[in-house]
Amino acid sequence: MDRNNSRRQLAAMKQSLFDQGHLDEQFIQLEELQDDANPNFVEEIVTLYYRDSSRLISSLEQTLHFCACGRERNPLDFNKLDTIMHQFKGSSSSIGAKKVKAESTLIREYCRTGNAEGCRKSFQQMKKEYVALRKRLENYFQLVRQAGPMERACRPK
Amino acid sequence: MDNGCFSSPRRDFPNGLRVLVVDDDPTWLKILEKMLKKCNYEVTTCCLARHALSLLRERKDGYDIVISDVNMPDMDGFKLLEHVGLEMDLPVIMMSVDGETSRVMKGVQHGACDYLLKPIRMKELRNIWQHVFRKRIHEVRDFENFESFESMHLMTNGSELSEEGNLFALEDMTTTKKRKDLDNKHDDKEFLDSSSSKKARVVWSVDLHQKFVKAVNQIGFDKVGPKKILDLMNVPWLSRENVASHLQKYRLYLSRLQKDNEQKSSPSGMKHSDLPSKDVGNFNFPNSAIKQQNDASIDRCNYSEGTLHHQNMETKSHEGNPKGIVPHSTTAEKARPLTGNITDANIQPFASLESERKHAAFDCTMSTPYSWTDIPKSQLKKEQKPVVHLEDNFNLLPFHGKKHNIQVDQSQSIASISSTPSITEQDVAACIETKPRFSGYKKDYTSSVSSIRSSVDTFPFRPGNLMMNDQPSQPISTTNFGLKTQSSNNLSCISDLESYQRNLLFGGEAASAAPLDEDLYFYWHNMNFGQPNIGMSEYYDPGLLTEVPNHLYDSADYLVIDQGLFIA
Repeated sequence: MDRNNSRRQLAAMKQSLFDQGHLDEQFIQLEELQDDANPNFVEEIVTLYYRDSSRLISSLEQTLHFCACGRERNPLDFNKLDTIMHQFKGSSSSIGAKKVKAESTLIREYCRTGNAEGCRKSFQQMKKEYVALRKRLENYFQLVRQAGPMERACRPK
Repeated sequence: MDNGCFSSPRRDFPNGLRVLVVDDDPTWLKILEKMLKKCNYEVTTCCLARHALSLLRERKDGYDIVISDVNMPDMDGFKLLEHVGLEMDLPVIMMSVDGETSRVMKGVQHGACDYLLKPIRMKELRNIWQHVFRKRIHEVRDFENFESFESMHLMTNGSELSEEGNLFALEDMTTTKKRKDLDNKHDDKEFLDSSSSKKARVVWSVDLHQKFVKAVNQIGFDKVGPKKILDLMNVPWLSRENVASHLQKYRLYLSRLQKDNEQKSSPSGMKHSDLPSKDVGNFNFPNSAIKQQNDASIDRCNYSEGTLHHQNMETKSHEGNPKGIVPHSTTAEKARPLTGNITDANIQPFASLESERKHAAFDCTMSTPYSWTDIPKSQLKKEQKPVVHLEDNFNLLPFHGKKHNIQVDQSQSIASISSTPSITEQDVAACIETKPRFSGYKKDYTSSVSSIRSSVDTFPFRPGNLMMNDQPSQPISTTNFGLKTQSSNNLSCISDLESYQRNLLFGGEAASAAPLDEDLYFYWHNMNFGQPNIGMSEYYDPGLLTEVPNHLYDSADYLVIDQGLFIA
């Protein structure tokens, strides 16, 4: 049945997200919080995350600003960068964005050591991860909506 | 389980725990809200620290616990933590995605009761109630009798309006105190309202104060120090600080006594030579000071068997003491916590009165509740004749004149002692009417009082002859005595006073008989709770007192009587 197919598909999607390390335990926690009072809780949270993280990424890009001609902004404001990264890290931890979070930690470390190059490179990487995750989650939730209400959140094996 | 009371008491604590969550991250804010709701807590979210503070200030006891992120744009989380701790004294949990030891340490240093790492799990939030509970317990531990204190506090506030109210409180406090003593270990019962997060205070009950005074006297007033007293008292839960502050109050009290004695050209020796003057020191208890210190007065009020020694029983006209009874702190007795009025009342150095009592008929009167019962009855019946017996005793005391203000230290009852002139028989009777501690007496007294009340007016008090024979007993208007409405309460208060006095009498060193009139003064004051024109300048009917002398001495429960006397 379509529904079953959808469900199976969803389960597979979710499983792969976990397997590939994009999501961690926190995501399951969110699913467990979902109930009749908040049937779309997880999606709501993820949507909030998108909003917040987009804002932060813009801010990061500004701080790490690459000027139009491709030259980097110097000197880099590490403190500010670190502050924003701290926020970004916290935000990512809220939905369990594992890889994104790991990159954030790396950037913060580079900030601490004053490694501008490291910061920028890591940021690029992190942004890639972020975009990829977001895409997959958007697909996931689209399917969720299509599949209809699920009885229960199921843990990936 | 009985979880005590929050400001909005919940029988099913920790359900309904009121949590304030502060986080600039909207995603986490929402997650936490959901998690806390799942724990059956009442959640309020806030993304700005400043806003959170204003919320907290608006409703001082509107929240039980605060959870806050460390890194926030408008205010540092640690700063918020400090504010909350200082202003509201609520437990605060910090959270952060950063779990560095230094950060955690900083959190603890600033007073956080816990530090959670993001991502936060439900199970961590389920147990945050322990911090609230822990705080309560710690407050209660230092606070022997919080509830009575609180009720006393409440009473005090109300006492401004009517002295009668004070008597009430006394009764309540006694009960509460008793219960409190029993429940002392049951912290959950004493889960205090968050508003009570004002510091817990030690309530100096009659017994405790008595121990205190005993210790002080043992050490020697000159050499006394909180540590020594504490050691001698041997009360495990009492702290050095508690003793130190109580000692300070005691000293003030004694000095006031002394000052009063000096001021008042007391006829002869109100000052009991026996009383170790050193004890008295120079304490001046300014009425206002006393009033301000409800707890202080409470201390005073709470003295049980007091050692009068220090009291200078100077007859003092208490015009100055609107609120009459000053808890007699000098005596160690811890009278039952006096109700509000007492605290308000000027704390007259009861001690002096006490000592007098010993000699005087007061002793009789105060000592037993039984006696009181007797007295009132007899008194009432006659209403004409105040206790005759007292006469002898009273003779001992030179009365200063009609205008005695009896400063009844009995904190219990008297709110204001008017310095009006004659003590009507009724008044005296009323005093005696005070309900003894024992509820049994209460009824008797109440009725007695009422009857007395009916007729009292003023009875001229003749120095040396407290008998009011001459005076027709007039109903003691309740107003005068402040017994009016809450007669029963009054009674209880009075009886407390009685007991107290009794204790004082017996416990203290009655310096000389002379001060009897001062005792009367005291009683009178007590009786005139706030009724300025009671017209009882004289002390209450000594006759009443004398009637039971024997009983008094025999009776174990002096307190009861004491209180009775003080019903103004």
